[in-house]
Parts: sequence; structure tokens; C-alpha cells
Amino acid sequence: MCLSIPSKVVEIDDNNMATVDTMGIKRHVSLDLMADEINIGDYILIHVGFAMNKIDEEEALQSLEVYREMLEAMEEEERRQVIESDDNCDNRTNA
Amino acid sequence: MSNPKQIQLSHGGGGEETNSLIHDLFYHHFSNDILLAAEDAAVLEVQNKIAFTTDSFTVSPIFFNGGDIGKLAIAGTVNDLAMMGAKPLYLSASFMIEEGFSFDDLETIVRSMAEELKVSGARIVCGDTKVVPKGAVDQIFINTSGIGDIQKEGISANNLEEGHTIIVSGDVGRHGAAILMEREGLGISGDLRSDCATLWPAVQALADADISISALRDATRGGLSAVLNEWAEQSSVCLEVQEASVPVDEAVQGICELFGFEAFDFANEGTCILAVPSKDAQLALEVLQKIEVTNKAAIIGKVSMKKEGKVILHSAYGSSRYLDLPKGELLPRIC
Amino acid sequence: MSGLQLKDLYSGFRDPDVIRALAQKITDEAKNLKEPLNIMEVCGGHTHTIMKYGLKQLLPKSIDFIHGPGCPVCIIPKERIDHAIALAQMENTILLTLGDMIRVPGSSSSLAVERANGCDIRALYSPLDAIKIALENPDKKVVFFAIGFETTTPMTAALLEQVEKQGITNLYFHINHVLVPPAVDAIMADGKAKINAFIGPAHVSVISGAKIYEPLPKLYGAPVVVSGFEPIDVLESILMIVRQKNDDRCEMEIQYSRSVTLEGNTKAQAMIEKFMEPREHFRWRGIGDIPRSALGLRDPYAKYDAEKLFADILPTEPIDDHKLCICGTILKGLAKPNDCKVFGTACTPNTPMGSCMVSSEGACNAYYRYGEI
Repeated sequence: MCLSIPSKVVEIDDNNMATVDTMGIKRHVSLDLMADEINIGDYILIHVGFAMNKIDEEEALQSLEVYREMLEAMEEEERRQVIESDDNCDNRTNA
Repeated sequence: MSNPKQIQLSHGGGGEETNSLIHDLFYHHFSNDILLAAEDAAVLEVQNKIAFTTDSFTVSPIFFNGGDIGKLAIAGTVNDLAMMGAKPLYLSASFMIEEGFSFDDLETIVRSMAEELKVSGARIVCGDTKVVPKGAVDQIFINTSGIGDIQKEGISANNLEEGHTIIVSGDVGRHGAAILMEREGLGISGDLRSDCATLWPAVQALADADISISALRDATRGGLSAVLNEWAEQSSVCLEVQEASVPVDEAVQGICELFGFEAFDFANEGTCILAVPSKDAQLALEVLQKIEVTNKAAIIGKVSMKKEGKVILHSAYGSSRYLDLPKGELLPRIC
Repeated sequence: MSGLQLKDLYSGFRDPDVIRALAQKITDEAKNLKEPLNIMEVCGGHTHTIMKYGLKQLLPKSIDFIHGPGCPVCIIPKERIDHAIALAQMENTILLTLGDMIRVPGSSSSLAVERANGCDIRALYSPLDAIKIALENPDKKVVFFAIGFETTTPMTAALLEQVEKQGITNLYFHINHVLVPPAVDAIMADGKAKINAFIGPAHVSVISGAKIYEPLPKLYGAPVVVSGFEPIDVLESILMIVRQKNDDRCEMEIQYSRSVTLEGNTKAQAMIEKFMEPREHFRWRGIGDIPRSALGLRDPYAKYDAEKLFADILPTEPIDDHKLCICGTILKGLAKPNDCKVFGTACTPNTPMGSCMVSSEGACNAYYRYGEI
């Protein structure tokens, strides 16, 4: 709930504000709700003009890796099945 | 005589100041024989059936990334003519100017209009100027009406049939997104440029290549969604669109993510959609891609009878949903 | 090392091949389910994702969604919308609120209509914009009609903190912030709801921490998986639920690990705690009174509380929805929007009769717009 989107911090401004970039669109957000230090290059979630939290890059990369491995495993399985059905093909005349 | 700094009520009074303004500014930049004849009405000659359209422009802000109200006033009306397969010929231009409006700004706008006219070759042949007290209009409103010579007949929203291919002439949503970005209070900035442009060269190229165009419409207010839904209803057909094939600029996508909008709902001012028989689709695409204003053209879908009157959006992973007419004013989703 | 690009955080969680693969896995593993899965996605944003990406079409028939009350605009009862209208109609007043609230009809009007009639009503993109407006209009009363679940509540608190710091005296608050766990309890309370699993809200959890859902699995025998908003997040969460069921587990898990922790944003929580406390009662449209499910300003901040200061112009009678409206039943999973007699006819997004149709995240609204094909 609550539309909240990942953005990249490109500038830390005065008054505890930051400039963030979302695919080329920049906006100012308040860092008043952030306890951790925020640095340029961090990915954060923003919601109604505030930074809500810092995205855990390790976790994000791990999730993406899991999906990649899952795809590879499924492709491998498909390939195996194709080969198997080919090997078992009755119409094949073996040399 | 040097130019005034600001437009005053006297500039619309009909007297000497009005005359100077008209001669020094409008006649100077829009110069052509018919206009300079300075009669009560322009006398025109046309060969074929004509198309006639009008539009009023009240865009705010009046200067935006990629254009201004002047460029829009020309491109908008010229495009309406082009969408009927009509070569834009003659335009009228009426200005309603708020007292105190900057003369330099007015000149910039008029220059923009003159520049944009060159793309289609159309001429402003008559006009009107009114200056109103402060607050009666928001800076400047412009109305342009246009006459075009129909060269490709039979283009209509009622013509869509099963088996037609839908092509979009460029990436969608840039004008609406660019205007939204300049709106105060949003506090966003970026490089997004409006797609404001004259489409006549593209239509001319399609006509020259003898491509039979069933339907053609520029996707202004309401964007791609509005045009597709209007077509589906008027022709009683179903439009099936492949979501992944609709070109959307990354920055437009960024605004949509930020505020919860759909790029398909944003206005365009230099992007059109066409329906052509499938056998002509590839050729139409090649023709469009060779023209600068339509070089990102893409095939996005087809016409079917799956669900009459509706537009179906197919995702890249096997699901589908209806693409509805956008409703109400644009408001960001917060929750 | 960071190989992470911003676009990975979007496209990486929307990859069509991964979506297909996850849907396939769910379909395969769901064959072992002992009973149909009725998953409540509590949050309106998840309803939106499910409908917009057509996820139900990719899943087996044994998995059904029950759309929860997590749409903070949808659950505001008519009489409180009438509060907003009454406040806006006060002399020399500017009423501020967030997005969707403008369109929602109260008993006889809406903020949009009142704005067209001349009231100064403005939609903010951020609560902090209220400060500028208050400073620019020192002779006016500026009232912020605050809405939202736990995600948005800290922002109102941060605004109040700034108001205090800057000594602003013409900005007032009408608080309508609500809480997720009591709402879930209310829905499950009479035992009739068919729900046997939950997809937990994404961004509520970022603020409050996943800890707020820990009691749920034991209380209701239903696994809870806290999910992100992208289609891959939701599908992965469903897969995790299917696996829990097949393994006879019933736990709280976090799928949205890149943004949700058990603890949440403690600074934001502290800020809420400083300025607000739970109210004893609060009526939820379509559900009725849920005790301690909403927040109000603490006594030391009563001087900012529009509900107290302007009480004499605020209506007090609760206003029920039309008797044909079955939103309450839909929220419990005992009916679908299509079951409602007025769905799509008298009740549409432009003429909403009940809470589920009101905002773009209400279930009926999502069904109407993205419709079953």
C-alpha cells in the first residue's frame, strides 16, 4: 500500500533534504525519518516527499540472483526433457 | 519605433497602438500576400474537398521544455488537419492577451509560430487581437482555426476492421509528462521534452507511398488510451495491444512510477496512431521510421472481434487486461 | 561491491520470463495443496498489482484472492468526509489533503465539488508542502486532513515536528490515520471469513517492521508472507505460502527482504509515538467500529487538533452506506465485487456507493477498471 518507489540519492542538500533520481526525474525529499546515514549513491524508498528507508542492496542482488538461477534451472530442465523425448523417439533409426 | 515592454489595453483598442502591434509583430513574422492584403476577411481558393478545424490553447506554463503555447497552437491545429489526410493550407490566429503581458514573451511566441508553420508550409491569413484587463485571462490564450486540402479521403474512426494493424508513430506520453513536470508544487525536474511537433510530413509520406490508411488520430488529451477506446467504440471492434511493444521514454516511465500514473493516459502533441490493413503495415512502418518526427514508430497491436468496444492489453508474460478510458483529473495515487 | 542499478529494482522484479517461471512453479506445487488457498492481500497496493498485471490469470483455480481493507481512502466513513467538507467551508480556510481524497463523495458532496464551488482545497504531493502554504497565508487557517496507514503516518508526525520547530500557528490537523493489525483482527473476528493465508503489506511493514504480524499465524492458523509490490514479489510470496501449506508450516516470513526488517524504521515509529496515540473507537466504512484501530493527537498537541478546535461545525451522526452495498461482506472474502447487485451499474468509480469502489485500490474499483477478461 502506499505508493513508494525506489530512487537513487544524487545529492545531499541543506536542511536534511536530499535530491533523488528516479529514471531521470529528480525530486527533493526529506531525510527527517531516516536514522541511518544516507550517502550519495544509496538506493532509498520514497513516499509522499520523504525517504522511508534505505534499500538493502545485498538482499536485492541476492533476490535477483535467485530468480536468475531459477530461470537457468528451468531452462536446463526443459533442455533435458527435450533431449530425453528425442532419445526415446520411436521414429528414430539408430545408426 | 521601439517595442513596448508590455502589452497594454491600448494595444487591443483598435487605434494606433493596435496597428503598430499588428504590423510590427504579427505581419512582420507571419508575412504572406493574403495576410498583408489586410482586408476584413481573407479570400482563399481551394481545389478539393476541404477539412476545417479549430482549437483553443490555454496551456500552463506557456513556456515548457520542448515548446511553447505558440508552437502548440500551430502544431495542434495543423495536426488535426493532417489527421484527416488534409494538407494544411490556411490558418487564422486569435490572441487574447492579459494586460501587462511581456512584449518579449509575445514576440518569442509569435516567432515560434512562424517557425512551426514552415514545417507544413501553412500560412496564417487572418487573425484577431484582444487585450483584456489583468486577471481576465491567464497571461495569453490563443485560438487557431485551420483549413486543409484533403488529399487522402476516407480516413475515419468508423473504418476499423478485423485484420487491421495498429501503429503508433512514436513514444507515448511525453507532452503530458513534460507539462506535469513543470507544474509547480511537484518539485521535480528532469530532461523530459514535450513531443510537440507537426505531423504533416509523415502523413504526406504515407500518402505518397500510397498506403491505405483506415484511421488516423493524434493522441492528445487522454493519450493512447483515449484514441484506442474511441476507435473500439466507434467501429464496434476490439483493439488488442501488446503492452511491451508500446514505446515509452524512460523519463516518462519515471514520472509514472513517482505519481502512480499510466503513460498511456498522458497527452501527446506530436504523436499519432494509425490503423492500416495488415498487408501494408510493414511498409507503413518503414515509411514512418524514415521521417524524423516519427522515427520511433512501432507496431503495437491489431483489430479483432474478441470483445467489441473494448481495448485489451496483453502483457509479455501471458496475462491480459482491459485498457480503460482515463477518468477525472490527474491525481497521484498515494495509497 | 554494488552491481545494482536503479532499473534493476524495477525491471528485475518485473521480468516476464521470471513471472512465467514463478507462475509455473506455483501451478506445479499447488497440485499438492490439501485445500484451496484463499489469500487475503491486506493492502490496496497489492490488489492493484494483482489486477494490473493480471496475476490471477497465471495461477491455478485452487488459489483465490480476497481483497483486504488496506485502502485508507476507501475506509473513511462518509461522516468524516463531511468533516473535511465542513472544514473547507469555514471562512478564510485552506483545506489540504493527499491525492485521492479530493474525489471521494461524502453524504451529499465531495471536496472536488466544493473546490469548484469556490472553497480553497488543495491536493498535496507531500505533507511538508503544508508548511509553505501556511507561511504564505498567515491570515488563513490551514487544515491538513491527514490520511493513511502506518506508511504515511510518520510523515504527518514529521510535519507536526516541523510546525513545532518553526513556531507555525495557523496549521491544524484532522487525523484519520489507521492501523493494519486491528483491521485484520476485525475481519477475522467472527470466524466466518474464508481466509487461510495473508500477503502482508509492503510499505506499512517498512515503517512498522514485520514484527506486527507475528501473532497472526498462531491466532488464525494462517501463514503471513510480507510481500513487495512488484509482480515478481507477489508471485514469490504466493509460492512461499504454497510451500508453507504443503510443509504444514504456519509462520510469518518476509519476502520483501530488500526493504522490510523485523524491527522496521524505529525513528519513524518514535515520531508517531511522540505525537499520536490510539483512539478508543473509530468507524471503518464497510466494517463498522474497530476499537483502537486509529490514531489521534496526544493531549499536549490538542492546540493543533482540528477535530477538537472546530468541533462545533463538525457533524457527529454516523452515516451508513446504501443497504445494497455489500462492501463489508466483500472485505471478509464472503463475496466478490461481481456478486454485488449495484456493481458496475449504480456503483461505478465515478458514482461510488461504497468503500470498495471509491479509490483506485479498492477491490470493486480494481475489478471495474481491469475487469475479468
